[in-house]
Amino acid sequence: MTLWAREFRGFYRQPARVGAGLATPLIFWVALGSGFGSSLRTQSGGGYMEFFFPGAVALVVLFASIFSNISIIEDRREGFLLSVLVAPVSRSAMALGKILGATTIGAVQGLFFLPLIPLLGLPLNAMGLPEAGALVLAMAFGLTGLGFFFAWRLNSIQGFHSIMNVVLMPMWLLAGSLFPIDGASLWMSWLMRLNPLFYGVTGLRRALSPTPVTSGPDQATCWVVLLAFCAATFGIAVWEASRRSPENAS
Amino acid sequence: MSAPAVEVRDLTFRYGDRVALNGVSFAVGQGEIFGLLGPNGGGKTTLFRILSTLLSPAAGQARIFGLDVSAEPLEVRRRIGVVFQNQSLDRRLSVQENLECQGRLYGLTGAALKDRIGDALARTKLTDRRGDKVDTLSGGLRRRVELAKGLLHQPQLLLLDEPSTGVDPAVRLDFWEHLQRLRSESGATILLTTHLLEEADKCDRLAILDRGSIVATGTPAELKEGIGGDVITLTAPDLEAVRESLAARLGVSGQVVDGAVRFEHPRGAEAVAGLMHALPTSVQSISVAKPTLEDVFIAATGRSFGEDEAPAA
Repeated sequence: MTLWAREFRGFYRQPARVGAGLATPLIFWVALGSGFGSSLRTQSGGGYMEFFFPGAVALVVLFASIFSNISIIEDRREGFLLSVLVAPVSRSAMALGKILGATTIGAVQGLFFLPLIPLLGLPLNAMGLPEAGALVLAMAFGLTGLGFFFAWRLNSIQGFHSIMNVVLMPMWLLAGSLFPIDGASLWMSWLMRLNPLFYGVTGLRRALSPTPVTSGPDQATCWVVLLAFCAATFGIAVWEASRRSPENAS
Repeated sequence: MSAPAVEVRDLTFRYGDRVALNGVSFAVGQGEIFGLLGPNGGGKTTLFRILSTLLSPAAGQARIFGLDVSAEPLEVRRRIGVVFQNQSLDRRLSVQENLECQGRLYGLTGAALKDRIGDALARTKLTDRRGDKVDTLSGGLRRRVELAKGLLHQPQLLLLDEPSTGVDPAVRLDFWEHLQRLRSESGATILLTTHLLEEADKCDRLAILDRGSIVATGTPAELKEGIGGDVITLTAPDLEAVRESLAARLGVSGQVVDGAVRFEHPRGAEAVAGLMHALPTSVQSISVAKPTLEDVFIAATGRSFGEDEAPAA
């Protein structure tokens, strides 16, 4: 997949992006985790750093998805996108190449984060790592698909950023990343249940934790919702890219 | 002879309420250099986008080598090479890398890809520039890289949108030489859009597109002959009066365009003497000229070519 390779190469030619993509969640995690850690205790008795970890991984993936999709807007501006659109490649293959490229970047970054758990002396369920990896991949795919959809519709990077702030950041905040669903008010807990990312973060937490996680939906539900999310976002991404609308032709 | 390279029938397209194309029909034979001439906003770019499968027509049909652009976009895309008005190169990559990326999109790999790149570079005389970053190339060289990119998969039909926009005359001339050589060497069909009359003059055949409709088709020579002789242009303080007296005394129907009264006459030079007597003395100048494509446009639309144009951006 040419587009996959291009995405990847473009990314690693920008070391600042690699660094920032990893550093921001790390700063979030350490600052928020240790800051809240002293004042909050989770019911399971684990430290807040431990609780917050899956949320931090989700944030890495989220950032990667946002930044990768900005390249769609840049490609459109530079005219490169048009020459891809007239190539004999179906729009679904094109969207898949682009999304997989961004997914790989997001997932690799997310996976880089995982070894930090033992390094910081936090408890880890090593047996859960493969599942955790798969969950990270699925989250990356779903979020990238969503980002693709928005990036395709918008023609300015500023507009894309504001959409990201209004849609993706709240999604992350309400994913059980910062606080458990048990402590949330009723309406908040419903919002969280409607949020696909909530199932990803919960699934990831359960996969990584050495002690059973009882809060939130069970693991099978997490997987089903997350995969449905992937399918749905990929669907809307392809649908959006396939429309032969005037906006798609410029 | 197989299907025409391009066949467009009753093509219509709207942007919301605005009609961009209104029942456009024409055909381009294989091996022709065909020009779509029209003022900006005339519908050229819309037509170009439909032919390059980026837009679907609201009504009517567009076929490329017999293939419907709406029904079989992938098959059509395999046969066309598209060179856009704006640059479509990745400026951070070298010429070679840009072509490699393009080639893979067309399913070319390994040795075949290498051969094609070598061939496209040779055709556009860019071989010694293959390692250069696009960023460092001049505007003219970039246009040639665009052309090489469009030629890479050896398309049977090359579509060019305003190839001369933003390009200085020397580059334009050079680019045309490349196009003509390409046509004679590989027999490819070339369709281009332009708003430059001198560029349209170089095409084998033309369709003049104005306000979404085709107002004339033919070779540049045929179109000019269609005018009927010479074009006579009169200037005067009161153009309307001149036009009326032309109609009353000589039975000629003139048009007021661009600050002058103009009409066609089979033998312009001979007519001038008669005009001097017949017309009011207020006439300031009379000129006789062989018709140009601009005259063709005026005769067909009653407006001068530049009249609709938006102020230069």
